[in-house]
Amino acid sequence: MGFVYALIAAGLSLIFGLMEIVNFAHGEFLMVAMYVAFFAWLLARIDPLVSLPLTALALGVLGWAVYHGIIRWVLDGPMLAQIFATFGLAVLLRSGAQFAFGIDFRTVNDPLLAGRLALGPVSIGVPQLAASVTALGAFVALYLFLSRSETGVALQATAQDRQAASLMGIDTQRMFALGWVIGSACVGVAGALLAMFFYIFPDVGAPFALLAYVTVALGGFGNVPATLLAGVLVGLVEAFGGLLLTPALKYAAVFALYLGVVLWRPQGLFGRF
Amino acid sequence: MAAAGTLRPLLTRAVLVALLLGALAFPAVFTLPFPRHIMIMIFLYGALATAWNIIAGYCGQISLGQAVFFGIGAYTSSLLFRDLGLTPWAGMAGGVVIAVIVSQMIGYPVFRLRGHYFAIATIAVGEIVQALIVNWDAIGGARGVFVPIKRPDSFVNFQFHQSKAFYYYIALALLLLALGVTRLIERSRRGYYFRAVREDQEAAAALGVNVAREKLRALGVSAALTAMGGTFYAQYLLFIDPESVFPLSLSILICLVAVLGGVGTLWGPILGAAVLVPLQEGTRVMLGGTGKALDLLIYGALIIVISVLQPGGLMALLSRARTAGSAR
Repeated sequence: MGFVYALIAAGLSLIFGLMEIVNFAHGEFLMVAMYVAFFAWLLARIDPLVSLPLTALALGVLGWAVYHGIIRWVLDGPMLAQIFATFGLAVLLRSGAQFAFGIDFRTVNDPLLAGRLALGPVSIGVPQLAASVTALGAFVALYLFLSRSETGVALQATAQDRQAASLMGIDTQRMFALGWVIGSACVGVAGALLAMFFYIFPDVGAPFALLAYVTVALGGFGNVPATLLAGVLVGLVEAFGGLLLTPALKYAAVFALYLGVVLWRPQGLFGRF
Repeated sequence: MAAAGTLRPLLTRAVLVALLLGALAFPAVFTLPFPRHIMIMIFLYGALATAWNIIAGYCGQISLGQAVFFGIGAYTSSLLFRDLGLTPWAGMAGGVVIAVIVSQMIGYPVFRLRGHYFAIATIAVGEIVQALIVNWDAIGGARGVFVPIKRPDSFVNFQFHQSKAFYYYIALALLLLALGVTRLIERSRRGYYFRAVREDQEAAAALGVNVAREKLRALGVSAALTAMGGTFYAQYLLFIDPESVFPLSLSILICLVAVLGGVGTLWGPILGAAVLVPLQEGTRVMLGGTGKALDLLIYGALIIVISVLQPGGLMALLSRARTAGSAR
């Protein structure tokens, strides 16, 4: 699960690093992605794993639309306006899903991968394993794109210094939009992966989003590679917290970890301030 | 022009007195429970948003964990009343004391964080507290607490089953208290300290403001008022559970009310409550029963439109209209 968390958080981190906006609708983006994957399966019998590029594309379009429809207009506004614009979007998407699809829990009934794999004393569900591997792959692809390709470097330059980047001939508006497209596409991939084995309902995004905020803040806002490590850490603490305490307290353990870390290092584990 | 200059504050005062008289006379005119319920909710959320405004609007620390204090107020009075038979008024005082102590315990470490880190840390604290309460069996856990119903109506028991008028006046008093405290802070030296911290921490510290102490004081005042709202809520509904008094959505709603009205202004929060609460209750009554969440759909769209078009809230709109009026 850690890798999937990391992928969700990476999208958030990328957007924040670019323009210092926390997308409070991130969990709802995930929910939308899961519904896209679900309907691809329901209507066309395409397994979530196969429709993954489609889901990523759909979410990319959503990110692009959100950027141009909402974010562009609050970019220079106060932090509160930014928080509430994305929060309003979250409420809108969540209630929109409830309006359109109802509140029933849905699952993909005959996923491509099923069953469990026994590795010595530990047994892992095959879909979960496939999800982690794919998430890790997507993460590596994202990292390579950011650090190797010209566009990726331009994105990073914009994140570091908006004005200097635009002086260098980088179209920062385009970079912002691109950041939203890529950040949302990451969530699209994660959503498709989760759709293989998780229930799908309008409120599904909320706990994942909370974990994503913690993960991002833990790794340091805007630092994409550190997000991976933080994501794994969150996944481990969640699993062992649930095992050692009671399952009901596993999220509390994760949040306590976050508080402990930021109090010790206010900028996150690897953050620059 | 000079006459208009002296007339304006007088006019403003007259409008405020008229509003207050109207608020006092309201239950006499409207005897049905529903309009009274809406007014009570406006007062309650107005008071909660005013309390949030002290820490976030004036002191600039965006707390998304106000529900913690609200829940403490609700639980303290309800448990003392149920188990010891203590009057909820004493419970309210106890809730205030506990909320203030907890606020200082939370604030001391968390105030070292800034911006988004601070906001997310307050969310994290809220989630931890809710998880702990849900799993705390001695105080009912996820099942919540029923406040024992006592008859007949009595002020001591803080229960009025015959009429909502008593609740109405108590909520109004709560709101007036919150507004009075804000007014006091706004006018005092402390208010200037708070705003200095909001505008620039380093500059404030350089000028001799004890930044950490001022933040803790603002949070303490905010927590105390919020806890009183919690006790009121518990006595009004007579049932509380972690899901109703500790959720993140409550913390966010409190901020929204203030943001809608105008952050950092005295009348903003009550204005926001006066718009948002009837809208929410109204759409819920008309559309909520369909189970289609249409009310929330409208609510979400509205928030986006407001934050995009008018980040300063309704108060900014009002003052803009006012300057346009006086320019003529």
